[in-house]
Amino acid sequence: MQPSIASRDYAPQTADVPVLALSGITKSFPGVKALDGVSLELFPGQVTALIGENGAGKSTIVKTLTGIYQPDAGEIRVAGKPVRFASAQDAARAGITAIHQETVLFDELTVAENIFIGHAPRGRFGMIDWAEMRRRARDILARIDAELDPDTPLRDLGIASKHLVAIARALSVDARVVVMDEPTAALSHKEIEELYELVDRLKSEGRAILFISHKFDEIFRIADRYTVFRDGAHVGSGLMADVDEADLVRMMVGRDVDQIFPDRVKSPGEEVLKVVGYAHPTEFDDIGFSLRRGEILGVYGLVGAGRSEVMQALFGITRPSKGAVKIDGAIKVIRSPADAVANGIVYVPEDRGKQGAVIGMPIFQNVTLPSLSQTSHRGFLRLAEEFALARRYTERLDLRAAALDQDVGNLSGGNQQKVVIAKWLATQPKVIILDEPTKGIDIGSKAAVHAFMAELAAEGLAVIMVSSEIPEVLGMSDRVIVMREGLIAAELEGDALTPETLVRHAAGIGEDRP
Amino acid sequence: MSDMTARHLPDRLQSPAARLLQSWELLLLGLAIAIFIANSLASPYFLNAWNLSDATFNFTEKAMIAFAMALLIIAGEIDLSVAAIIALVSTAMGAAAAAGAGTPLLVLIGLGTGLACGAFNGLLVTRLGLPSIVVTIGTMSLFRGVSFIILGDGAYRSYPPEFAYFGQGYVGWVISFEFVLFGLCALAYYVLLHRTNFGRSVFAIGNNATAAQFSGIRVGRVKFMLFLLTGLMSGVAAICLTSRLGSTRPSIASGWELEVVTMVVLGGVSILGGSGSIPGVVIAAFVMGLVTFGLGLLNVPGIVMSIFIGLMLISVIAVPRLWRMWRG
Repeated sequence: MQPSIASRDYAPQTADVPVLALSGITKSFPGVKALDGVSLELFPGQVTALIGENGAGKSTIVKTLTGIYQPDAGEIRVAGKPVRFASAQDAARAGITAIHQETVLFDELTVAENIFIGHAPRGRFGMIDWAEMRRRARDILARIDAELDPDTPLRDLGIASKHLVAIARALSVDARVVVMDEPTAALSHKEIEELYELVDRLKSEGRAILFISHKFDEIFRIADRYTVFRDGAHVGSGLMADVDEADLVRMMVGRDVDQIFPDRVKSPGEEVLKVVGYAHPTEFDDIGFSLRRGEILGVYGLVGAGRSEVMQALFGITRPSKGAVKIDGAIKVIRSPADAVANGIVYVPEDRGKQGAVIGMPIFQNVTLPSLSQTSHRGFLRLAEEFALARRYTERLDLRAAALDQDVGNLSGGNQQKVVIAKWLATQPKVIILDEPTKGIDIGSKAAVHAFMAELAAEGLAVIMVSSEIPEVLGMSDRVIVMREGLIAAELEGDALTPETLVRHAAGIGEDRP
Repeated sequence: MSDMTARHLPDRLQSPAARLLQSWELLLLGLAIAIFIANSLASPYFLNAWNLSDATFNFTEKAMIAFAMALLIIAGEIDLSVAAIIALVSTAMGAAAAAGAGTPLLVLIGLGTGLACGAFNGLLVTRLGLPSIVVTIGTMSLFRGVSFIILGDGAYRSYPPEFAYFGQGYVGWVISFEFVLFGLCALAYYVLLHRTNFGRSVFAIGNNATAAQFSGIRVGRVKFMLFLLTGLMSGVAAICLTSRLGSTRPSIASGWELEVVTMVVLGGVSILGGSGSIPGVVIAAFVMGLVTFGLGLLNVPGIVMSIFIGLMLISVIAVPRLWRMWRG
């Protein structure tokens, strides 16, 4: 083996010696074995895609190699030498850095401060050398073609620019391993292309990249190698050139997955919800639509078109300034989520961690939280009935957990989503609003969510699905509302519902003005 | 997703008994027993029914407030004005007594003033969205300040004779009225926190107020109720304390807010909210009462006692953490 050279340029290292190698890594949490003897190798100048369903152990391995978790067993080698990361600082010192799904940056600090936080250049007396910091920030930003002013506060930047700052931060520590955890989840098409170019540049500089994504087109576009996890175990790894999409899917789920959307008999019943002239001072205006029992209404639009805001107003989080809501023909005033739930409207938010599950509380208590009046007697809890209700709905959703009294925080993202959905189904709602229900979840869970939505609609529930994924919108919806800049740009149905019409209305291209 | 793949989920990973064995409450109970034994070895006067009965007055009034405070802290809020509420309540009762009010009216005035103070704190926190620690530091000065303006250097002493029962009466033998009231409050708050929907929503709010709101819980209303309860319990404590002392000065119960918070935290309630239990607070009340009483019997001066209580609080919080760091 070549001796590792302490140099800024890692390219000369032979590409077949992994710069980072994890082997036999095992990590358990109370009741869950998150990782069971897995291995992962990252090579200089190559992109390795880490693929797996939700709960496969992807986040756990990332936290292990960035020093946040310490493995119960197994070995980590950096450039062939065994190491132990006692903390995130240790991993950073070894040149490993991660860019997370939701970037972990500081909104109140400037771009330059974010890039250099924790390792700012020091001048005399150990004070921060601001001029040097700005200069170096400008250099790094120029290297990635990011036209950002180092003095801009981060809160003034969009999500794509924040990603650039995160990448600049990775470059500033001269990382030899860059972990990208679903970096494209919130980016537009153009921004994704720019990210690909950046990844290519990082590759050419000899850095090893671990790329986590659920999007296969992306993986095939930029990855050189793959590693697949399933249920906390290593299933396979190799060169991307040797596999096709079907192979990877088979490895991920351990079976062939039907990627076709479920067949549905469309038989909408009577109108259950009608929204008239809904308006908000800043977010949306003149929103009107109706919804029938057994119908799935898709709501499509670009990020920031006001879709979630309308849904949160329906759910009583924000107050509309004008307009009315009719449920089963009667006008209802919804001032709070409690009112919405009482009127049969429930909302599965996009932000599961903050708004969905109450982390720190057991699964069964999360499920019964809005249904306590059902399971209790005169305000007194009845645990047996709570467990029964929680079991009925979590088992229906095939929740993967050790026990019903386990903290939801110990579940994977997909399983937390199932707990949130179970919570709402237990209230026996009339209208369920799902905000980006399959965002960031893998193909297997996605198909399961789709099948489940179809099942709910067949049982007579009215479903509103907010989604940014065109195949999902087309595959699931009976009818689609397209929103743009806070207004309904179009309502599409039948033959008018095509990828082109969706994109055209969402972006406002070639609009016929009446 | 379908019934074919459904798996059976057990209710619990551990039996409730196994959980109890690892609980903070059990550890604290061990500490209480150790202090009890140490006290009885250190002083020959300790194991005396009347002395022990007297000792309960060290904690009964504070513990009544601590129960309500525990709920408030679990929900992620705090009320530092409780001792000032006692001063204001006591002053209001003193003024009424001086004007010739009878015992039933004094009790009503006491409870009403406590509720009003709690409502004032609660409105500022839930309606204006102000942080409770700031609001109640403000009302702490406000309530006691009003009491100072009314009383100055003076004191109210003209309480009717039957008013003395609340703080000096005995239900039977050595069992004081206050001790019985303490027991009833402990039971009531145990049921409220651990056995009702209201208590469940308190935990949900403390763990994640946003998700609780998104789950249909009326977060503002629950928090307001908790401030009301804390005000009410401060009123109850003020009645007992005023009755026991037989007089009202504006400096009454000064420094109690920190002792109440200490009791709550010692009882295993997370200062960050989201977890805790009433049995823990009950045991913590006994621990604090036994320590102060034991040290008192040994003629340890008050300031040394507060040093001791401070050290005890820091060590019970630090030791479990050090233990975890050492193990992992």
